[in-house]
Amino acid sequence: MVDRIADPWGPRTPYGPGERWPVRVDSFLADGHTEADVQRWVPSASILHSNGDAMDIAVVDDRIVGVRGRPGDRINNGRVDPKDLYGWQANHSPDRLRRPLVREGGRLVETDWDTAMGRIVARSKELRDGPGGWGHFGFYTSGQLFLEEYYTLGVIGKAGLGTPHMDGNTRLCTATAAAALKASFGTDGQPGSYTDVDHCDAIALWGHNVAETQTVLWMRMLDRRRGPNPPAMLAVDPRATPVAREADVHLALRNGTNMALLNGLLRELIHRGWYDEEYVRAHTLGFEKLCEVVEDYPVAKVAEICDLPARDIERAAELLGGSERLLSTVLQGFYQSNQATAASCQVNNIHLIRGMLGRPGAGLYQMNGQPTAQNNRECGADGDLPGLRNWENEEHVAELAKLWNVEVDTIPHWSPPTHAMQIFRYAEQGSIKLLWISATNPAVSLPDLARIRRILAQPELFVVVQDLFLTETAELADVVLPAATWGEKTGTFTSVDRTVHISDKAVEPPGEARPDLDIFLDYARRMDFRDSDGNPLITWTGPEEVFEAWKECSRGRPCDYTAITYERLRSGGIQWPCTDEQPDGTERLYTDAVFNTDPDYCESYGHDLATGAENLPEEYKAKQPGGRAFLHAVAYQPSPEVPSDDYPLLLTTGRTVYQFHTRTKTGRATQLVHAAPESWVELNPADADKLGVGEGDLVRVESPRGAVRGRARICGVRPGVVFVPFHYGYWDAADGAAPGQGRHDRAANELTITAWDPVSKQPIFKVAAVRVVKEADSGGRPSPAPTVGGSAPLAGADIPATVGGPAAEAPSRGE
Amino acid sequence: MHLAHYLGLLHKAQERLGDAFTEVGEAHREEPDVFHTCQKLATQCRGHAEKLAPFARRYAEDAPAEPDRLHSELFSGTRSGGLGLLRDLQDLYLMAAECDISWTVIGQAAYGARDEELLAVVKSCEQETAIQLKWLRTRMKQAAPQALVVAE
Repeated sequence: MVDRIADPWGPRTPYGPGERWPVRVDSFLADGHTEADVQRWVPSASILHSNGDAMDIAVVDDRIVGVRGRPGDRINNGRVDPKDLYGWQANHSPDRLRRPLVREGGRLVETDWDTAMGRIVARSKELRDGPGGWGHFGFYTSGQLFLEEYYTLGVIGKAGLGTPHMDGNTRLCTATAAAALKASFGTDGQPGSYTDVDHCDAIALWGHNVAETQTVLWMRMLDRRRGPNPPAMLAVDPRATPVAREADVHLALRNGTNMALLNGLLRELIHRGWYDEEYVRAHTLGFEKLCEVVEDYPVAKVAEICDLPARDIERAAELLGGSERLLSTVLQGFYQSNQATAASCQVNNIHLIRGMLGRPGAGLYQMNGQPTAQNNRECGADGDLPGLRNWENEEHVAELAKLWNVEVDTIPHWSPPTHAMQIFRYAEQGSIKLLWISATNPAVSLPDLARIRRILAQPELFVVVQDLFLTETAELADVVLPAATWGEKTGTFTSVDRTVHISDKAVEPPGEARPDLDIFLDYARRMDFRDSDGNPLITWTGPEEVFEAWKECSRGRPCDYTAITYERLRSGGIQWPCTDEQPDGTERLYTDAVFNTDPDYCESYGHDLATGAENLPEEYKAKQPGGRAFLHAVAYQPSPEVPSDDYPLLLTTGRTVYQFHTRTKTGRATQLVHAAPESWVELNPADADKLGVGEGDLVRVESPRGAVRGRARICGVRPGVVFVPFHYGYWDAADGAAPGQGRHDRAANELTITAWDPVSKQPIFKVAAVRVVKEADSGGRPSPAPTVGGSAPLAGADIPATVGGPAAEAPSRGE
Repeated sequence: MHLAHYLGLLHKAQERLGDAFTEVGEAHREEPDVFHTCQKLATQCRGHAEKLAPFARRYAEDAPAEPDRLHSELFSGTRSGGLGLLRDLQDLYLMAAECDISWTVIGQAAYGARDEELLAVVKSCEQETAIQLKWLRTRMKQAAPQALVVAE
């Protein structure tokens, strides 16, 4: 038995290059159940991070009692992340929403579905009539619904109402991944496969604390590191995360300077001749401009900007340049930072100039943070058109209009899709009057929360929230719809490496809670959306029918699902594209080094990466990409907010291995709650000394926007940087202050700035200027920060280890 | 040689555009992307003006007196709200367009004067002005439907 709270990664199963990753089946069954008494195992995959780990849900007497990893699945080979081992227990939480709520006299009161939907539909019809009616609607979704739900909502919004105001919280986590993939390769979609870990000889982790965000992918990397001929490892992160501690080279750079570092590294690679001249010439565009721009970034200058030892930058370049099979992975340290898209494209550039794509071990993951983010992008419930279509390509829009049988101009392709921050701005200004939020919690997850609360509380804004619990956001809603969740509904979703899994319904949802798909279909029926011939716009009634409709939408596009069926998915995940020609799916893209940049096929005509200015279609065509990838080049520019005399420190935010999103589910699973019960503030010992702060002292962190309080953890975060985890909101805050009232000094996003990347529009959560003030002594009590992960205390600190004890014991067996 | 007059015209136009970017950015601080981008582009415009200054001085030595009505006034203050933002961006667009065509004109003159140094300045700056125009166009396209059809 393994205490997977004390050891989130479980036992090692080392293996060598090119070998198959050994199977290790993890499971956890609660309440004394054993595998022998499980009546049904229902296929599913992880919904608490983006790795895509396949697992089966254990059912006894129509109740979920646990989970077990799927040994045959290509992604996890049986392993399960601790969040998934314990997190399902939240499904049974007594505070699940069981009936719809509506606001009456300022309070939310229980009602029936007819009343709740009736109010939404009445308001919708009122807003829809008249010119510009489409512009009063905003939809803000999630990275946690299923493909079928996103596709349905995408059709409702884009073909039914005709609004461009649809986005997801994927904007906060994954928008830069999509933007960088489109910019470099022509369309979204990861080039590589998780199996690249099995083959690579070097792994570079760019702002990606994979040990805590995707633990199973980290297990795979660790198993390679413990086996023969292990891959070298580079970590770029201002914190001493488990990844940084494991790496051969750790660059703890100053937040907001990724672009300078990458320009410097590319210059080194080019100067030392560590690039593939033939690949560059045959398969890329823009090499000369790249050389010109990076020339201005000699190591000494980069060392100064990033505050790094010059020798370490050289060592990193040597590690990258000396590899033959390089695997890179990029996440929030880049995506939520200054010059996000430009810096992420520079990682693509490293792979392009070195010819490190399209073969085993030469891989690239522009990661997602959330489990179903990829589907939101593919299906068009966010700022993309379904099927990775180009909103500026008239042919692409016409295909959709034909598929849905609506007028072309109903589909909002005449201006750029509205990103999440702009949706909230329109709501703030009053032109968006109905905001429908599903499966996400912007009152904790968006930047500058005081402003977000003000917006959501405006009386003129009609807010609909669809969720499992009365979240901080739901508290501010006009109508709250109780939703079913994972295990209570059927649908599919796609992992970072394009693997599609099915998640089948295992049990009934509680009370009157309904699957999100049923809610959207009910809305469509009540709104009576029609196509051009006067027939119902939405013709499907259940998940499998939506999936079949989606397959037609994906036909001929890069994310072609046409040869996938529900039946096939029940025996294991399949990577798209999966067609009659490639019936088993596709492990790697661009194996022939032909990229999706043809003007008729690409998803975007591109942007200027410094300003976000869109290229005109003619400009793009004039480049004659002919299947070549784009090498983008941009100069480094400082972040919009840098330290000052008043706010001398840099704030960065991020995750812990034990929580997900705003803890809507993980905050209701006992083992995870005990492991990371409270927010905390990480300080470097040098900064702590200057501030007179010791371990466990209560400190206040202030930015120009607000303040939060937490107990200090003295640890390995870089000097000058303060870290606060972003999970903690107010629903279970110790002082009992309810959302919308009372104290708001717990959520990291009270502090963060409203600013975003010009291309991906992803907010800059990782760079804000703050000051720290000590408020009270620890009283001998250490910080509640876990001793596992990035918040691990310094060696020799006498702090009790984070453990789960008997309640967290979970078997792990080899096969 | 009249080149100095056009150099002076562009120098002034770049300075004015820089100031206008700053003013418009400040006036629309609640649109963070507008605020931050305008700040960046204002700095860029001032950089252009600085690069032009030595050439304007050098060619001024051979120049006849400045003709009448050389300079035009395209910007007279910011507005507020969604429609105001659109209108302000349009002012910036016209001012940037004046700079854009002036770069073309001066580029031609630089060829005529066999002035390689000036040509290098034109080539680097005119690309940045072109991107400024593109950004303004992009941002206006984004704002137009909501500001003109939906907002009250």
